[in-house]
Amino acid sequence: MYKAKVLIKRRPSILDPQGKAVEKGALHLGLNNIKDTRIGKYIEFTVDTQDRADAEEEVTGYCKKLLANPIMEDFEFTLEPVIPLASKSGKAE
Amino acid sequence: MKPKFGVVIFPGSNCDYDAYFALKKILDYDVVFLWHKDTDLQNCDVIVLPGGFAYGDYLRTGAIARFSPVMKPIIEFANKGGYVIGICNGFQVLLEAGLLPGVMLKNKSLQFVCKDVYLSVENRNTVFSKDIKEEKILKIPVAHGDGNYFTDENTLKELIDDEQIVFKYSSSEGEIDDKSNPNGSIMNIAGIVNKKGNVFGMMPHPERCCDPVLGKTDGSLILNSIANNIYN
Repeated sequence: MYKAKVLIKRRPSILDPQGKAVEKGALHLGLNNIKDTRIGKYIEFTVDTQDRADAEEEVTGYCKKLLANPIMEDFEFTLEPVIPLASKSGKAE
Repeated sequence: MKPKFGVVIFPGSNCDYDAYFALKKILDYDVVFLWHKDTDLQNCDVIVLPGGFAYGDYLRTGAIARFSPVMKPIIEFANKGGYVIGICNGFQVLLEAGLLPGVMLKNKSLQFVCKDVYLSVENRNTVFSKDIKEEKILKIPVAHGDGNYFTDENTLKELIDDEQIVFKYSSSEGEIDDKSNPNGSIMNIAGIVNKKGNVFGMMPHPERCCDPVLGKTDGSLILNSIANNIYN
């Protein structure tokens, strides 16, 4: 099993009014050096397979077809092997 | 011949009954509801994807609705030339489904905009706009948080060259300027049609201004135009 951590970023060419508005808040806080605030999404989930290549393929499909809209967003992800809880604690009765 | 309209209900649609009411009670067309789990379009001539917040607008507006079981036959129907109109959230679903090009970004003001806007008709050669008289500027309400239409330069050029832009936000006199743009939409785009001319999306709500009791009826010009022209 793998733990997937997906980062979805707005493409550099797409304006981010939300980031701009949040950055105005930074100014109000007196944080004058904050620049280029961009807001993205972080999504995590597990992939129930032992095969890394399979996991990569499935996560890529998930990102391309649903999690990110390629017209306005780019995505990247990491995969870390995890041991399922059931095998840690032994067989359930 | 009276066309039959099918109004889709996604979990989170909230203009479905408005669309049904306007089409059936005010304009007297045949209308059925299509549940999001349906796979039979009941021989409808026109499919309406209504406004609302399908699936809570989770992830992105329209992103999950586009995978509803009912969308599979709708995409097939559209690809065969069937008429589909997406209003507001329905427009966002059409964009996510790839039936229309582009995306909706959050409104430039970051505010939910709910007010009457004026629309200049840029193309009267579609079934959706054919019956709107020359010089007529439509007055129709918008109500959305993500109506800031965006697309890359190549697609925008195609939209212009192929006359796919049907409505633009304008002043009451028809001037297209920043002041009349409620959401930051590129080139003031309010409604577009696909290349074949059978799939149409618009952010303003025609179904909300059909009943004379409400004091505004410009929405009926669009809905009647569809009904009058799909068989011609």
